[in-house]
Amino acid sequence: MAGIPHDHYKPGSKGEKWLHSRLPIVGLLYDTLMIPTPKNLNWMWIWGIVLTFCLALQIITGIVLAMHYTPHVDEAFASVEHIMRNVNGGHMLRYLHANGASLFFIAVYCHIFRGLYYGSYKAPREVTWIIGMLIYLLMMGTAFMGYVLPWGQMSFWGATVITGLFGAIPFIGDALQTLLLGGPAVDNATLNRFFSLHYLFPFLIAGLVIVHIWAFHTTGNNNPTGVEVRRTSKEEAEKDTVPFWPYFVIKDLFALAVILVVFFAVVGFMPNYLGHPDNYIEANPLATPAHIVPEWYFLPFYAILRAFTADVWVVMIVSFFTGGIIDAKFFGVLAMFGAILVMALAPWLDTSSVRSARYRPMLKLWFAILVFDFFFLMWLGAMPAEEPYASLSLIASTYWFAYFLVILPLLGVLEKPLPQPKTIEEDFNKSHAKKPTIEPSPPAEVPAE
Amino acid sequence: MMAFFGKITLNIFAFFFLTATSIFAAGGGDNYVKDYKFSFEGPLGSFDQNQLQRGLKVYTEICSACHGLKYVPIRTLGDEGGLGYSEDEVRAYAENYEIFDPELDDYRPAKPTDHFPEVVDAGAPDLSLMAKARAGFHGPMGTGINQFVKGIGGAEYIASLLAGYTGEEKEEFGTVFYENTAYPGRWIAMAPPLYGEDVDYDDGHSNELKYEAMDVAAFLTWAAEPKMMARKHVGFRAVLFLILLSALLYATNKTLWAPIKKKVA
Repeated sequence: MAGIPHDHYKPGSKGEKWLHSRLPIVGLLYDTLMIPTPKNLNWMWIWGIVLTFCLALQIITGIVLAMHYTPHVDEAFASVEHIMRNVNGGHMLRYLHANGASLFFIAVYCHIFRGLYYGSYKAPREVTWIIGMLIYLLMMGTAFMGYVLPWGQMSFWGATVITGLFGAIPFIGDALQTLLLGGPAVDNATLNRFFSLHYLFPFLIAGLVIVHIWAFHTTGNNNPTGVEVRRTSKEEAEKDTVPFWPYFVIKDLFALAVILVVFFAVVGFMPNYLGHPDNYIEANPLATPAHIVPEWYFLPFYAILRAFTADVWVVMIVSFFTGGIIDAKFFGVLAMFGAILVMALAPWLDTSSVRSARYRPMLKLWFAILVFDFFFLMWLGAMPAEEPYASLSLIASTYWFAYFLVILPLLGVLEKPLPQPKTIEEDFNKSHAKKPTIEPSPPAEVPAE
Repeated sequence: MMAFFGKITLNIFAFFFLTATSIFAAGGGDNYVKDYKFSFEGPLGSFDQNQLQRGLKVYTEICSACHGLKYVPIRTLGDEGGLGYSEDEVRAYAENYEIFDPELDDYRPAKPTDHFPEVVDAGAPDLSLMAKARAGFHGPMGTGINQFVKGIGGAEYIASLLAGYTGEEKEEFGTVFYENTAYPGRWIAMAPPLYGEDVDYDDGHSNELKYEAMDVAAFLTWAAEPKMMARKHVGFRAVLFLILLSALLYATNKTLWAPIKKKVA
């Protein structure tokens, strides 16, 4: 792969040479695994491995679950109970799969916010960032459809509410909603197509993951300083990097093992904590639950969706000038997808020449508020649609947009960045230099390895 | 700097595990659920076999008149980690029920391979999953902390409901409603099913109302989650194994990186 100079695969034996001249697959795998990686990566660079693990876990448990599940409105709920009671290890498979979705989203949010903090989205990594956003969108689609499959009350009513959003799109909304549902309402046709697509999407995600890795292996990893690896010669590059195998593979596996301790504790001891009790009641189109709440990982964007009601002046103005084509409902839908779109556009909205927030004192503050805002929105998304939550949702949603549309462009002009290290080596040496104090033997514990 | 990000990460986790779930009471917090202590609570808790058997007796003699358990196979009464009845006991118990067999086009006594019958005549909900379909605890302020500390509280809700009748009743549109302190909205259509000393326990345990309510709540928790013991067992072993694996990987990582860091020091 292009980019950082390093040793490439050389076929040794006769057999290797034979294969290499016909299909250089071993060389491809070798170069991927031995890619020079900035040696100052910290613990926020472990989420890629966690995400890869999650995708594999979800596909493997999902394939086995699909062997026992029946996608029919009369059978689906009972077939899940069949898995829980009669299938060997079925209860573990299902709880791993359900909680695996939550781990997947915890990891993806950490991964995204890592990228936002250290400026990983900036040139030349825009394509990596955009592909990442597409993966995230597919993940949301997959998770949403997966939640419908057990055919509980929250499955059914969540599907009704969310597919209703597409009905809000002017002119084509009704047709689009009918196409999604396979009929006028959530029913057997919906369940069947959701099952089919829930099985398909993970493989699209896997394909995009390969492109995602390809893209950042072409540009090289970002790192906590945001300073690029020196590429003038192999010797210089080697001062800034270590090969991915074994250094980061082992480090990442250690982090993964620690995360899995927590994950298995949740699966083993409180597997329904992140779920909703109503989903243990079979779907009933005649009885609406008192509160329809999406899964936790949708809550921030659900809050943004609900924030823009008909009495908000922005909505009124837009509605007036579009002759009512954009009403409050459609405005909410636009806001929800817009919230993800502005995040995807971050590479072009951020005007600063400095990549990492480490050297951006003002961004650091605004970023901390953004993280708080994200959790605040998450909480608001779970609260009933009434005051004071409606007003708070509006303020929190506004900040989300302001961060990307106002703060990121302005800071490039207003902010005076701190001096950055010249090289990654310099940063690494600084954080690993022997402290001039006590203890001569073991180097002090440092978080950034 | 790293400490700053570390702090954010820490907060992220604290938030995820303590606040993100937010599950609401259907009626909005005017109901009172008592935090009964059950033997199966916590990572190490396990079902009390005697209690489950007493609970089955309460279910059989009282609840089953109106409520079914359609997802529960009768044979699972013989499962380890649950009620643990012998094969003969299960077969004898199954014969209490008459099942409609579509092949015979007639009713016949149930066999262990049948499920508990579905009861639809009374319009009462099926109880197979009731202990997982209700939350006893909520909040505070939509944060989910109470559920993290006390559990979701399905069993506590059932026990509180059964012991929560005040004795008041009212009639609306020809239906009698009974006041119940645990029921969201306080007025429930189900007449008080238990008064205390309704069932004679074979093991001589006290059959006060509180114990009958707790016993049947424990039984319904088993009915909703029959593999709970197996699950906790797997969880416990997985956690121990992964802690060990983490320690080994930590040491490997430390050794692996030592020369790289030493060059610096």
